[in-house]
Amino acid sequence: MIEILLFATIKAGTPLLFATLGAILMERSGVINLGVEGLMLVGALTGFAAAHTTDSLLLGVVAAFFAAMAAGAIHGFICVYLRGNQIVSGLSLTMFGIGITSLFGRSFVGFTIAGFSKVEIPVLSKIPYIGQALFNQDVLVYASILLVVAMHIFFYRTKTGLYLRSVGENPGAADTSGINVGLYRMSAVLVGSGLAGLGGAYLSLAYTPFWVENMTAGRGWIAVALVIFAQWNSTRAMAGAYLFGGINAVQLRMQAMGTSLSPHLLMMLPYLFTIAVLVIATLRLEKGSTPEPEALGTAYDREDRK
Amino acid sequence: MIRFEKRKDASKLFTAVAPFMSVLFALLTAALIMLFAGINPIAAYAGMIKESLGSFYGVSETLVKSTPLILTGLGVSIAFRMKIWNIGADGQLYMGAMGASYVALYSGLTGITGIAVMLFAAAVAGGLWAGVSGFLKAKANVNEIIVTLLMNYIAIAWVSYLVYGPWKDPSGFNFPLTPRFSPDLVLSTFFNTRLHTGFIIALALVAIVYIFMEKTVWGYEIKVIGNNPKAAKYAGISIDRKIIGVMFLSGALAGIAGFGEVAGVQGRLQEGISHGYGYTAIIVAWLAGRSAIGVLVVSVIMAVILVGGDSLQILMQLPVAFVNLFQGLILFFILASDFFIQNRPVIKRSGK
Repeated sequence: MIEILLFATIKAGTPLLFATLGAILMERSGVINLGVEGLMLVGALTGFAAAHTTDSLLLGVVAAFFAAMAAGAIHGFICVYLRGNQIVSGLSLTMFGIGITSLFGRSFVGFTIAGFSKVEIPVLSKIPYIGQALFNQDVLVYASILLVVAMHIFFYRTKTGLYLRSVGENPGAADTSGINVGLYRMSAVLVGSGLAGLGGAYLSLAYTPFWVENMTAGRGWIAVALVIFAQWNSTRAMAGAYLFGGINAVQLRMQAMGTSLSPHLLMMLPYLFTIAVLVIATLRLEKGSTPEPEALGTAYDREDRK
Repeated sequence: MIRFEKRKDASKLFTAVAPFMSVLFALLTAALIMLFAGINPIAAYAGMIKESLGSFYGVSETLVKSTPLILTGLGVSIAFRMKIWNIGADGQLYMGAMGASYVALYSGLTGITGIAVMLFAAAVAGGLWAGVSGFLKAKANVNEIIVTLLMNYIAIAWVSYLVYGPWKDPSGFNFPLTPRFSPDLVLSTFFNTRLHTGFIIALALVAIVYIFMEKTVWGYEIKVIGNNPKAAKYAGISIDRKIIGVMFLSGALAGIAGFGEVAGVQGRLQEGISHGYGYTAIIVAWLAGRSAIGVLVVSVIMAVILVGGDSLQILMQLPVAFVNLFQGLILFFILASDFFIQNRPVIKRSGK
């Protein structure tokens, strides 16, 4: 029972993990992106469409990444180069994503594909309780865990990562020391959007291998909230994503076992929980020094530099 | 080489034409996307205009859809004035609809008293729902964008729970609907259309919100906080209480929109009473800038797109969510046009 729940937890948490990591990358550069929900939808549809047409899951993943990247480029261009309002731009991106996927998704409704299958890692998968959950999953789960490590190394062990963080903290100072603020921010938005797209692709290629309109069901928003919970840190993002995966898994399990509780009430749980966690995380933030990137949400204009 | 320089003053010409140009560019871009999706954009746009403006009934439907947009748009825009983001007008609308329905179904009140209490209950329910995020923002600085948004999902699930469960019409063949409200609790309609008195209430609230924002101390203080929170603090304005209060008012307006949908349009509570009005309200508030009258004008324009978009569902089997594409594109172009309002291109010879 615990093994089944843990397995389902990791699976349900993985789309959130990809999306949260993408959002962290963007926010670290100083650009907030409320379009994650839209990007995930773009990734989910493109991934499914590509995999369905070419019979290649790998192509599906690649297509999802680049399609979400292209959609994210709109947000990047508006926020970085036109210095537009990041909040409105992100909301527009979500609307755009919902609209365009509903249009192009029409011809893919009702199909299923053979999604990613499990790849068992010998020895490790025999560890009691956690072995099956962590080491008998599909390759995207492994990829997401590797990504957590890679992002940590990138931010804290590489020069580029340091520069990126400085762009998010104090773009004026970064600019003075010769860092191309626009380029760093744009690159972060592009790659981050691609990662959000992978989160969507996980839904349509592994979690439930089909496409339905609006299949992300608010996961993009939960990811944006998880960034604050994770304090802009990739390892904490993993904890957050699996926490929510866990709630989702328990909720689905209860539905499957035929509890007398209404499914509509159970559906509220992840959102209620996100709010509770957000409140706790914010209260903790207020006490100590804040890990929030100093320049988050503000456009950088060299002429305003002080 | 073209460079951009900041204008000393925002370009008046650009400011005036920007919203119209943005809508135009959005329509052109959407046309290209439609072509790509194998849809004839000219036929689609002709259908949209014909359905929403081409007949007396079409115009009345546009006004029906503009009613919740005006109300939620007013709500979002007063929060905007204080630089507070209320992305949860959709959920507040659902909670308002629930409040009104509770009174209609279970209070035993009738006639004009019943309707007045329904309106009041809707405003309080929507206001309290938004007040939660106002409280969290004021007391713990919790991000109101995320809280209001997540509460949309909770409110919608809650209404589903009610109409599938305890409030379901026992003689309704198991459909997820509450019983019909008694006829004296349904708003009267005009000229055999679905246009109901809620539209008049919305117009009245445009005037009330205008007076509130421009002529009262409260409205003045809200604007001071929005423009310069530090100055507001020094002037002794209690910011925390204003945040909660403004969020309550914002939600109350959205709640009244919910009242209009159940008492004016549906005559009962059911799922899907909002066609994403609360999200469109953000565009309404953003495009309307600082004016209550602007909210009215933009709401009608957005309603044309909503009614037109709905008609495409029947005419061309397009999904309802398709209108989101227009909305996203319009906002993108508005944001881009802001840049040209603030900056002007300067042509410089490259090299020296």
